[in-house]
Amino acid sequence: MSYHVNEKGYYGEFGGAFIPEMLYPNTEELRQNYLQIMAEPSFQEEFNQLLKDYVGRPTPLYFAERMSEKYQTKIYLKREDLNHTGAHKVNNTIGQILMAKKLGKNRIIAETGAGQHGVATATVCALMGIDCVVYMGEIDIARQAPNVARMKMLGAEVRPALSGSRTLKDATNEAIRDWINNPVDTHYIIGSVVGPHPYPDMVARFQSVISEEIKSQLLEKEGRENPDYVVACVGGGSNAAGAYYHFLDTPEVGIIAVEAAGKGIHSGESAATSALGKVGIIHGSKTLLMQTPDGQITEPYSISAGLDYPGVGPLHAHLFRSGRGEFISITDDEAMTAGLTLCQLEGIIPAIESSHGLAILEQRKFNPEDVVVMNLSGRGDKDLQNYIDYFKL
Amino acid sequence: MNRIQSKLQEDQKLLSIYFTAGYPNLGDTVQIIQDLEKNGVDLIEIGLPFSDPLADGPTIQASSTQALHNGMTTELLFNQLKDIRKTVSIPLIIMGYFNPVYQYGVEAFCKKCQEIGIDGLILPDLPLDVYLEDYEAIFKKYGLINVFLITPQTSEERIRLIDDASDGFIYMVSSASTTGAKEGFGEAQQSYFERIAAMKLKNPQIVGFGISNKATFDQATQRAKGAIIGSAFIKHLDQNGPKKIDGFVRGIR
Repeated sequence: MSYHVNEKGYYGEFGGAFIPEMLYPNTEELRQNYLQIMAEPSFQEEFNQLLKDYVGRPTPLYFAERMSEKYQTKIYLKREDLNHTGAHKVNNTIGQILMAKKLGKNRIIAETGAGQHGVATATVCALMGIDCVVYMGEIDIARQAPNVARMKMLGAEVRPALSGSRTLKDATNEAIRDWINNPVDTHYIIGSVVGPHPYPDMVARFQSVISEEIKSQLLEKEGRENPDYVVACVGGGSNAAGAYYHFLDTPEVGIIAVEAAGKGIHSGESAATSALGKVGIIHGSKTLLMQTPDGQITEPYSISAGLDYPGVGPLHAHLFRSGRGEFISITDDEAMTAGLTLCQLEGIIPAIESSHGLAILEQRKFNPEDVVVMNLSGRGDKDLQNYIDYFKL
Repeated sequence: MNRIQSKLQEDQKLLSIYFTAGYPNLGDTVQIIQDLEKNGVDLIEIGLPFSDPLADGPTIQASSTQALHNGMTTELLFNQLKDIRKTVSIPLIIMGYFNPVYQYGVEAFCKKCQEIGIDGLILPDLPLDVYLEDYEAIFKKYGLINVFLITPQTSEERIRLIDDASDGFIYMVSSASTTGAKEGFGEAQQSYFERIAAMKLKNPQIVGFGISNKATFDQATQRAKGAIIGSAFIKHLDQNGPKKIDGFVRGIR
């Protein structure tokens, strides 16, 4: 059994392309070309070169000695926080901007929640000299001012999403509407492993550099390529998809997905999609999503803007349904505490998203000889105000 | 014969009106349908509101948000429509997004539509291949016509596939846009209308998106069998409430 996408764009029962006919030519063009373009030597060469010289890859696989001592297991941190722009997001935007160029597109659109993917998109557009429009919910614009400023400095136009709940899901809707209105010259850089096929697979492939590096780095440090567990936080799930990618069909590697429970799974303010979601259609993909009994998509909540999405990528829905992945949800409080623990023991300030992954160490016991790789997806600079408010610093 | 098919055989150009159920007021649905028929509308698309209407522009989005806020649900809409065939005889189509239908259960939804006397469905995000593989048999079992969209970017090959899969009309999206986005038709649309007319499809075409008044209706129906007005009618409801529908319809015909 494979956990990768099948030829029709499905992961088990999840995935597909549930899109209005207006989007069919765009996604079909991408579907027909993406694998071939990614396989071209010139594409590979440029992608790898940029990841190395511009993004700063490979990112270290760091043995966290004091964390390991505290939790009595061998903890490695995959330092995606050390990437240019501060998170794993840029792996995907580098890949997609090169894809857009190969497809002859001269305008880029993107959606963003907290602004990390928006910044990563604005960055590569500046690098390539391509026009960039980023859709961002009006409410997120107000609460993420530094990232809005970054995008503007990088030359992107930030357009407020004024519809619906005026957050990430609505920004995504607006980006999709823009694409409907500009089907010929525009490429839509989706920021996660969500959306219609082939996006979940394409984004996972661009992020798969994370697990590719983990394998070779672990071989060097531990004399084996496969860890016992790979842990990652899941909102839409792009950092997780990248961290799991080369281990998906290796059953001896445990896959642990950490979702945001917000104020508690049953508090009414949560983003734990595997626990609260039902099968449905969101943003062109059949997956698990949080919705009313009537099929209206509901607004999630998490202290971490990057996990604040009512759906989950179809790969992750499949990992959950099939039992291949172990899903754990972590509350705001647990995540914030875990973030501070990492600061104090290792001198690393993590993004609140990544802190959710770290927080499982308080409740999920591992054996002392287990090798546990935690994907530290981003750094905490962007979250400083949250940390200040929470800890009254 | 399904009411849509009979209507398509009539000689005149067809005027179809879209409105969002539960807008402007929760209880307006039946009255609006009756008034539209009374004033000579040929076909009605009843919008089942959705929280995330991807293919719609700001006007229909806002009406959907308001309708949901008013309390519209799938079950409530079915309840409002349960006696509709006692007073209304023109074809009725439910237009919405796939997720609410999927949550209701596709077969249960179709069955309910048949009981009420709904003639067809338009679900823009239910793709052709999924429909053919999983749902065509169910739609046919309950006598429902599924209406597909085509756009100026749809390839000739795919238009032929859609024509084969259709047994009512083809919803011809006038330009690359969300609903209500553009005012008036230029040369690009005219040549698209002519290109499609020249394909001699087995299903007639009804043009939607960007039709707001008599001028655009006449332009769209020069080649096509009919045209659909949505956003402009929602704007009318927004300004006048569920009244003066006679004036709106007469302004177009």
